[in-house]
Amino acid sequence: MRSLILLCVCLFILITLGTVNAQPAVSYPATDAHPIATQTSPPPPATPKVDTGDATWVLISAALVMLMTPGLAFFYGGMVGRKNVLGILMQCFIILCLVSVLWVLFGYSLSFAPGKGFWGGFQWVGLKGIGFEPYTDYGPTIPHQLFAVFQMMFAIITPALIIGAFAERMKFSAFLLFIVLWTTFVYTPICHWVWGVGGWLKEMGVLDFAGGIVVHISAGITALMTAIFIGKRNGAAKKAILPHNLPFTVLGTGLLWFGWFGFNAGSALGMNSVAVNAFLVTNTSGAAAGLTWAIIDWIFQEKPTMLGTATGAVGGLAAITPAAGFVDVFSAFVIGAVASAICYIAVTLVKPRLGYDDALDVFGVHCIGGVWGVLATGLFASKAVNPAGADGLFFGNPKLFLIQLTAAAVTLAYGFIASLIIYKFVDLTLKVRVKEKDELMGLDLTQHHENAYTILE
Amino acid sequence: MKLIIAIIKPDRLEAVKQELYNAEVNLITVSEVLGHGRQMGVTEIYRGVKEVGNLLRKIRLEIAVNEDFVESTISAILRGAQTGQIGDGKIFVLDLVECVRIRTEERGGEAIG
Repeated sequence: MRSLILLCVCLFILITLGTVNAQPAVSYPATDAHPIATQTSPPPPATPKVDTGDATWVLISAALVMLMTPGLAFFYGGMVGRKNVLGILMQCFIILCLVSVLWVLFGYSLSFAPGKGFWGGFQWVGLKGIGFEPYTDYGPTIPHQLFAVFQMMFAIITPALIIGAFAERMKFSAFLLFIVLWTTFVYTPICHWVWGVGGWLKEMGVLDFAGGIVVHISAGITALMTAIFIGKRNGAAKKAILPHNLPFTVLGTGLLWFGWFGFNAGSALGMNSVAVNAFLVTNTSGAAAGLTWAIIDWIFQEKPTMLGTATGAVGGLAAITPAAGFVDVFSAFVIGAVASAICYIAVTLVKPRLGYDDALDVFGVHCIGGVWGVLATGLFASKAVNPAGADGLFFGNPKLFLIQLTAAAVTLAYGFIASLIIYKFVDLTLKVRVKEKDELMGLDLTQHHENAYTILE
Repeated sequence: MKLIIAIIKPDRLEAVKQELYNAEVNLITVSEVLGHGRQMGVTEIYRGVKEVGNLLRKIRLEIAVNEDFVESTISAILRGAQTGQIGDGKIFVLDLVECVRIRTEERGGEAIG
């Protein structure tokens, strides 16, 4: 019976694809129907033409961002118990497969097709009509298809960030449904608000260079919601659940950092001064943040810790994400150091008092780091760095800070409420949490019938 | 002197340790073992190859005690490890012939405590 349902789903997908392709091709003029200056690119030339240098860099960047999701799998996988490590790797990996498909089918269209303020249109379902020709609003010098692929990688890593919150206790089927619904009803709208042509936050003038709002706040707040509603891990109340393989976590941090160059510098959508500056500030912020956490650890916990340094670096990289195209290197230093300090407070002081079990600190690192980064963009942004951006509070423009504050608040509220509705729906239909017996035995064996490590050959 | 060997579920270890501390039994050795009692293992599948009824992870405790601690140790393990479900494990009690503390060369009951 179950295989029959699966077969039907597969057929449905194939048929949908077929219908989309069979429709007569309608051309959507790439002319600038919505005269909004793109925030990330230099002023578009009169006729959009692919620049090979720009396109090559963005293509490589897309591949770099893709690598972040397996990197994240190791970052998280090292921190869970060894009976759950395959569960984490599998969740990251299946998101890579699942969201890639969703993105091609309808995700890109809902996010980026010119539409209403809330959601994009359906014109680009199945990536119809998207080819080598640039689309002026989304990078006038790179192929439109390339922009869609680059953005696909962002749509993949964002839901993957959430899984750290409900690690070690979510049922796999419920997880799949949750991710499909979350990508559709939370990621695509927020992405459209901030980056899509006609998105209402973009119209308002919000600056989010590479996804502080779209990626880190949206995933981070959802993580908090799931951690609260799914409850603590079995045994987490009595005793800390220790990481089973910190070298994995450090390996994952390295891959994330590496991929982040594509994430931030690639978001310039070309090889230009903004891209190179983004590369520099990304590295600086991550480094300052890792250093800061190590020093804080040394002062307050007697020794500098590897896990702390890795966590700090990720917090700093998350914080610089929205700001990377708009701030200079000294601002990046401050953004990274402050990000590390406030993430430290959120993770080690605030979380234990509030009592929710955000297993791998997704909220404390990504949401807190992301919110700080979005607000910091409102403080440190400078037109000297990127003429297409805006000046922040410290450069005499308090209005930008208010816009950033509003955007962060709205995303936090929408992310929490919308994902809570999805969570409750999934819980009613499939039950989100695994049975206690399965949780004790571990997700590897009970959800996937596999063991990561053997004791006997 | 007795040697008490207990095979328990991995997730009960914390509770058993706590009960043993409460019973003032502080010296234990713990190892990870695989076992197969009445509880069937979980099927594992690797590229379609099935491993049925596999061994399950268990924790093995070894505790050497003097006679007057035997019952309190057993009841502490029972309190910590019992869930009432199949797979809770077993306790074995063996006669212990000799015990030597390496640091001091003490022998017998003195060496155990």
